[in-house]
This record gives sequence, C-alpha cells and structure tokens, in this order.
Amino acid sequence: MALLEIKDLHAKVGDREILKGITLTVDAGEVHAIMGPNGSGKSTLAQVLAGRDLYVVTGGQVIYNGKDLLEMDPEERAREGVFLAFQYPVEIPGVSNLYFLKAALNQVRKHQELPELDAMDFLNLVKEKMQLMEMDQALLNRPVNTGFSGGEKKRNEIFQMAVLEPRLAILDETDSGLDIDALKLVANGVNALRAPDRSMIVVTHYQRLLNYIVPDYVHVLSEGRIVKSGGKELALELEETGYAGLGIYDEEEAVEKA
Amino acid sequence: MTAATEQIGNWLEEFTGQAVSPLQKVRDAGFQRFAELGFPTTHDEEWRFTNVAPIARTKFRTAQSGAEIRIPKGAEKVEAGAELFDAARLSAEPNAFVALNAAFLAEPAVIRVPKGAVLEEPIEITYEASANVEPLAAHPRTVILVGANAQCTIVERYQGTGRYLTNAVTEIVAGEGAIVDHYRVQQESREAYHVSSMQATLGRNANFSSHSISLGGALVRNDAGAVLSEGTEATLNGLYIANGTQHIDNHTAIDHAKPHGTSHELYKGILDGRATAVFNGRILVRKDAQKTDSKQTNKNLVLSDDAVINTKPELQIFADDVRCTHGATIGQLDAESLFYLQSRGIGRADARRLLTYAFAQDIVDRVKVQSLRDSLERILFEKFHE
Repeated sequence: MALLEIKDLHAKVGDREILKGITLTVDAGEVHAIMGPNGSGKSTLAQVLAGRDLYVVTGGQVIYNGKDLLEMDPEERAREGVFLAFQYPVEIPGVSNLYFLKAALNQVRKHQELPELDAMDFLNLVKEKMQLMEMDQALLNRPVNTGFSGGEKKRNEIFQMAVLEPRLAILDETDSGLDIDALKLVANGVNALRAPDRSMIVVTHYQRLLNYIVPDYVHVLSEGRIVKSGGKELALELEETGYAGLGIYDEEEAVEKA
Repeated sequence: MTAATEQIGNWLEEFTGQAVSPLQKVRDAGFQRFAELGFPTTHDEEWRFTNVAPIARTKFRTAQSGAEIRIPKGAEKVEAGAELFDAARLSAEPNAFVALNAAFLAEPAVIRVPKGAVLEEPIEITYEASANVEPLAAHPRTVILVGANAQCTIVERYQGTGRYLTNAVTEIVAGEGAIVDHYRVQQESREAYHVSSMQATLGRNANFSSHSISLGGALVRNDAGAVLSEGTEATLNGLYIANGTQHIDNHTAIDHAKPHGTSHELYKGILDGRATAVFNGRILVRKDAQKTDSKQTNKNLVLSDDAVINTKPELQIFADDVRCTHGATIGQLDAESLFYLQSRGIGRADARRLLTYAFAQDIVDRVKVQSLRDSLERILFEKFHE
C-alpha cells in the first residue's frame, strides 16, 4: 500500500520555480533514492515534504498515509511520523539536546495517544539509541548541535530518527561532508532502522552512500523533474557515466549551455 | 509657578516633613542639588529616550524602605555616619535621582566585608514596596565596602505591589585584589517606576562582576557604572525582558582610569508587545589607561512589530594602545531554528518559547549562585508560558 503519493508537485522559492511536476509513489517498507546534480531540486523536495514555509507549493498533491500532507503544519507532519534528516542540522544554543528530544518525543507520543515517558524511561531509551549510533553520552547535555563536528551533527540526526521512530524518513544528503568511517556509521544506523512499516527517501548527490544504504528504487532528478527511474543498478550506471552521461548538468552549467 | 518648581515643591513638602537625622547634612546637600538639577527631560542627551514625566507629575508620599537584609557570617553591618556620604561629591552629582535619594537618606544599609574575609554565603538585600492606597516613593541606599583581598557575593532584589517609585542607589567599593560578584533582580510591580544607580569603585587587581536582571516595572531606568584601577577586571552583564507597554532603559558606564584594565559587557534584551528599551554603553578609556582591553555586546530579540529598541555604544578613548570592541544586534527568532524544532514535532508556540528562553539562557548560565540561578530559570520559564 502506498504510504506516500506525490502527484505533479510544483513548488517555488521567491519567483523561481524549482519543482516542476514531481510524481512519485513510495510504498510501506521501501527505500527510494533521489539522485541529481546540484540545483536539480532534491533538497527542495525534501524540505517541501517536511513543510518548510520558505517554499510555496504552486500545484500538485501529496497524500501521506491517506491524508493531505500539504495541509499540515510541520509539527503535525512530524507527529504523524514524517522525519527529515537535515542536510545542515541547525545549531540551537541554549537548548539542551536532552530537553529538546524529550519534548519532541513526548509530543509525538501524545499525538499517538501513548503515555508520555518519564525522565528515567526516556533516559534508558536514549542510551540504547546512542549505542546504536556510537555517540558520546556527553552530547546529550550539550546544546542542540552547537559546537558539534560535521559528523556528530549527521549522527545526531539519525539518532533523533532512532528515538522518534518515524514512518517516513527523508534523509537529505546525509552523506555530505562525511569521511568513509563516519559514512559507514551513519549508514549502519539507518539500516538498523529499516523496517517493513517504515519507508525512506534518501536524497544524495553521490552514489557512494547507496553502497551502504541499498535502495529499492533510484530516481534521477533534473531541473525539477524526475527524468529517469530504475532499480539500484541505475545508481551504478550513473557512477560510471556521471550525470553528463544522461545529458544532465548542474543547474548553472545547464543555464550556460542553454 | 512653573511645572518644574511645582514638582520640586511637592518633594520639598515631603523633604521637610522628615524627622531630623544624624545624616541631615547629607540630606540637605542632596535636596539642594536635586532642586538645582530638577528632573531630567528628553532634551538631556542622557535621557533622550526615557521620559520621566510620569514620575515628575506624580505626588508621592515617602515610604519607609522595607528592607530585609541577610548578612552572612564574616560580614558586618556598619552604623552609617555622614562622613560616608561625601557632600562634595554630591554637589558634583549630575543625576537628579541620585541627589533625591540622598535627600531622603533614612536607614542606609551599610555592610562591610573585612580585609581578607571570604564569605561562603551571599549578602542578600530585598527591598519590598507596597503601595495599595496612594503612590509611595522609597529611596533605598545600599553601601557595600569590601576590604582588600576579600571575596563576597551580593544579591539585591527589588519587588512590590501597587503604584510606587523605587529610587535606589547602590555603592560598592572593592579594595585591592577583592573579588565581588553582584546580582540585582528587579521584579517590581507592573505599575511601578524604578530608577536605580549602581556605582562600583574598584581597586587594583580587583575582580568585579555585576548582573542586572530587569523584569518588572512600568518605567525603568538603571545606571550601572564601574571605575577601574590598574589591572582591574570588571564585568557588567544584563538581561531585560519587557512586554506590554513597559519601558526599560539601561545605561552603563565603564571608566578605565588606569592601565591594564579589562572590562566585559554583555546585555541581552527580549522585547514583545509595544515595549520599548534603551541600551547605552559608555566606555571611557583615559589617557593613562594603556593596555586596556574592553568588549561590549548588546543583543536584542524583538518578538513583535511594535516593540522598539534604541541601542548605542559610546566610546571615548584617549589612550592609544588599547583594544576596544563593541557590537549590537537586533533580531527576530531564527526561522531555520523554528522549523528545525517544529520538524521534530514541537508546536510553533512552544518552539518560539523555547528559543526565546534559550536566548536568555547564557545570561542565566553566568549566575554563579545556584539558588538564584534556579529561581531565575523558574521565573523565566513561567514568564514565557504566560
């Protein structure tokens, strides 16, 4: 059954149209990779699905779990099980990681009519998930992402995902800025969270990540449209020929060629 | 009669109604100076953004300053003689409110920390006003004399109910090598006028830090000043939170009189509704004060379209081998941070509160007295959940 149906989605930022008709269906338990050069609209798609108001949806429809996703505020989407792992996790000085995550989890649980976790149960849960991500527990008492290294920030995203247990996880260039060891760690964390009732959209520029998080489907995005879809072998094909092999260029290059 | 003389006439009636005091000489000098100066107007540069007309227009009855003083082991209360309050200095005093405070000097809280004493517990002074029938004016005076190499913490609290004026003057004198940590928490009623002047005179190699938290009051003006000697380190931090039609003005003045002094200043403000605030940070580096290192920062978080902040650094540097930096920011809640919190399931209103609280957090984190820090956290938490 389709968990997510994106139909002819158009979105713009300012006067610039970035998504020009995206159609994509993701069934429960599937992992879809979205690849594409810089400026193709990958991150925009991720942010639009999470509800960032910087982007204005100008057309199309997104049905999530039978509901109109675009009608919901970002927090409602999160409570309904949508999770975005940010490309650039935001530093929030003055808010401790622990407080933030407890507030978030209890909001999600409340929405699902589950009892809120007390401090002890929460701490036990968090410790278990931190082990999964091989994270230092000292990070819990630090302000959210503040002073974290690039790798720590990305791990913190997946750690949050492990705690919040979403139904739809959108990973926005989770591999960017990671060395190979950090990449493996993050990928292991993601793989441990794969489940028959959990779907994932993995947005990436490089095929490298997909060696570790093996997708069921790969879609290539260019100039705001999906121009090619296939199985995991499409990623390997791209690795050999590059985007240019498909006649696709970075946004700026494309503009120059036009 | 002009408005000004009428205003002074009201105060004269109260002034002459006081019982004669051993401090009468000081009072007389104070009133004379007040009568010369009159209340400031917005034509005075120092008061440009703060209109004290509501104070000047009100006829206040003199209140007993209801002080509750807790003196810890190692410190002592001193009977104040007139010699403590230098009449010559008063006659040069440019601030009418300070002069008025002297005119109504009644039971100044004078506390001495002997040379070399290290106090375990803070000196706590709470001024409580209660004006439920008619407007009252209190003029609390606090003097803390800290001997050489002594260490102490001072906590001043101002609170009350009803419509009243608190016109407070605090003087702190720290001897050579003394370490003084000062806090003032202003939680006056929402109808109150609060005018204060805190002046610290600091000895060689003394280390002084002052934290001014302003939460209450309808019309508030705080002057905080420090005069540094050679090798002195001074910190002036502040947090002001205003909403509704509150007006909070913080003027600071740091006087680097001698070489090798260091000063840090961090004032943060949160403004909502139609509140207005002023920050004016004066730093004077005198000709002799070479190798001065001074840093001033004022950050403002403006939550509504109608709130106004006037911020101004005022640097006067007469030495040539110094480092002085200053910066002021006025901003709103960060949209990226809001979205990040919302994207994890935290509602928009809660996310705004969390970020607002976080903005104030680094001032609260600098409070070293655990019980005070806890109570501030509680106060702020409740404030942002109103």
